[in-house]
Amino acid sequence: MTITMSREEMLGLRRKLATPELLAPAGNLEKLKFAIRYGADAVYIGGQQYGLRSNADNFSFDQMREGVAYARQHGAKVFVATNIYAHHEDLPGLRDYLSELDRVGIDAIIVADPAIIETAKLAAPNVELHLSTQQSTLNWQAVRFWKEEGVSRVVLAREVSMQEIHEIKEHVDIEIEVFIHGAMCSSYSGRCVLSNHFTDRDSNRGGCCQSCRWKYDLFVSEEEAMTESHSAQLFTEQDNSFTMGSKDLCMIEHVPAMIRSGVDSFKIEGRMKSIHYVATVVNAYRQAIDSYMKDPFSYVLKQQWLEEIGKAANRPLNTGFFFEEPDHEDHIYIPEEKPQDYDFAGLVMEFDETTGIAVIEQRNHFRPGQEVEFFGPEGTHFKQVVGPITDEEDQPLDAARHPLQRIRMHVDQPVKRFDMMRMRKRMS
Amino acid sequence: MSQLHNRSSESHKPELIINAGSIDEVRRYLAAGVDAVTVGDLTYAERLPGSMSASDIAQAVQIAHADGRSVYVVVNKIIDNRLLDGLPGYLRSLEQAGVDAVIFGDPSVLMAVKDHQIDLKLHWSAEMTTTNYMTANYWASKGASRTLLARELNLEEIAAFKRHADHEVQVQVHGITNIYHSKRKLVKHYLNHQGRELEPIHQEDGKILYLIEVERPEERYPIIENENGTHIMSSEDYCYLECLDELMEHAIDSFYIEGLLKSVEYNETVIRSYRQAIDAYVSDPASYECQDEWLDAIHELQDPGRELTFGFLFKEQVY
Repeated sequence: MTITMSREEMLGLRRKLATPELLAPAGNLEKLKFAIRYGADAVYIGGQQYGLRSNADNFSFDQMREGVAYARQHGAKVFVATNIYAHHEDLPGLRDYLSELDRVGIDAIIVADPAIIETAKLAAPNVELHLSTQQSTLNWQAVRFWKEEGVSRVVLAREVSMQEIHEIKEHVDIEIEVFIHGAMCSSYSGRCVLSNHFTDRDSNRGGCCQSCRWKYDLFVSEEEAMTESHSAQLFTEQDNSFTMGSKDLCMIEHVPAMIRSGVDSFKIEGRMKSIHYVATVVNAYRQAIDSYMKDPFSYVLKQQWLEEIGKAANRPLNTGFFFEEPDHEDHIYIPEEKPQDYDFAGLVMEFDETTGIAVIEQRNHFRPGQEVEFFGPEGTHFKQVVGPITDEEDQPLDAARHPLQRIRMHVDQPVKRFDMMRMRKRMS
Repeated sequence: MSQLHNRSSESHKPELIINAGSIDEVRRYLAAGVDAVTVGDLTYAERLPGSMSASDIAQAVQIAHADGRSVYVVVNKIIDNRLLDGLPGYLRSLEQAGVDAVIFGDPSVLMAVKDHQIDLKLHWSAEMTTTNYMTANYWASKGASRTLLARELNLEEIAAFKRHADHEVQVQVHGITNIYHSKRKLVKHYLNHQGRELEPIHQEDGKILYLIEVERPEERYPIIENENGTHIMSSEDYCYLECLDELMEHAIDSFYIEGLLKSVEYNETVIRSYRQAIDAYVSDPASYECQDEWLDAIHELQDPGRELTFGFLFKEQVY
């Protein structure tokens, strides 16, 4: 779908706007399905090797095949993150791994290390190459270099501004992907080995232990010696600790500007995040993108999208480097505090319009009397109090206690299969 | 192995390098015995002991070349669009100054050299991401004649790197290393958060800002903030002096001393110790022994708050 912008809106520029791809993380097969159901055009996953989330579930080749088949049915794409910086011990097996990705039908690999790029060109000729943000690409000449090397898409560094994205798109005809939502390295991506030095875990091969979010004290030495007797502390007992940890990125309020920048793919971070997180965030961006593309002139940012994003947020949010360089307000010095925290309570499996009864698959403990909220990719969005619940044989239950147990309950408004039911986490 | 020992030792004499921040430092480090110095301009380099203009660099080249030594220029910045306009001109001025090589990490340097046909030798260094020979050989095929290895590699990996690399390999053997680099001004932000301003308390005054992680009270991590952002440095100083013979057996081409955050006297001492070790090994590898006095001289000037270690030389990392 394309739209011709008015002169006013484009400040003298007149061009076609293309709908950007919405790219979501999928930590496992179930998350992949939810991401696609809730509006992702593409998902990125990790395999058993060569990815940067060694603690994530990650996909076997069989699971990848199932994921690719599901994605194909729904017109979506599947990318695999192979974005480590390899050491020698990682090189044997690389060729076989990549050619298996090719056979599985993966659309693209996200890759940082030229050793993997070069191997993939030979071993996986049908798989597109997307240059990872781990390369910290900031300038259009570097983008041009990678284009000449056969890369079809560049994921830009998280340090680029909106202006720099415009310049890159002007100079080089290549797909550009940027992160629009989620947690961020506060370092240039790839240029951090804190985990290696603190814990012997290799951050650039998936071992990152998030040392940037630990607490530090800041000192200044009096001479060229860092001993205690020669140092002064640059904090008082009342001060918060020093930290490198940054707020999370959120561009939901700037979807029109992001679309006008010409970015081809909007990427959401978070292969380790929950189904509830992925569904909620994807849903909000999907609605914002579709709303703008349908009618840019009457586009209004909906309060509901902001609220939805807030329900999935893990940390305070900001806009990264897009508009101005981050300052002291963009770091998390005070103890992290979550305003609201939600659980995925149940999944709608069936709904009977005549009786208003839904069959819900339990995902977290809930009971009659609790307030829950239904939401879904096709517009479901309402709150209600849980009334009487029964099992599938109509036996009354005092609570939905068992994972994946199916219960029946009355819902106040129509729901659809795969709508989600969430509730506030109980304070522990 | 036997093949290595059969080659003439002279052809294997590795180069000894240090970074210098001024003409005076260039002179003193050459006098102390390095074969080459690296210098740079902070506009195009991430962190330096001192920023030198193109004309300073030209002077450094004259001084070094008069004595048969080399000057390499650090152009390792993560480059943004704003810097692209000036880059070819800067590289041209380095070519005209006759520098012996330029150390780069960003592909835009390759594009500038190619587009403008600038005749410069190139050394590839992407800092902590230079981790395998296949990638190094890739950059060599794009024009690099040397790779500067990541500091988080062990001896086995370093040896394999050299065995498989089709070009020169440089290893840092001494000093501090960068372990985190952000575009954000983290010290300034932290002090602003406290309602304070950052005073000019950087290393020009011999003062060093550093961090202590709450659970590691003995480890002090220097933090350098400059126009390129924030650089957190290792709490330890690498010292591979006792393993230098092993590295020479593996035919490593170049040994780098990182002089950042150290006094000139300290760096001169380090140079002299490594110089003696290299010369002793090359003249008679069979009877080479690392001398205590070389190490003692360094220990005497070593900051008691910073340990000398073998870095990752004998470590296994997990992930």
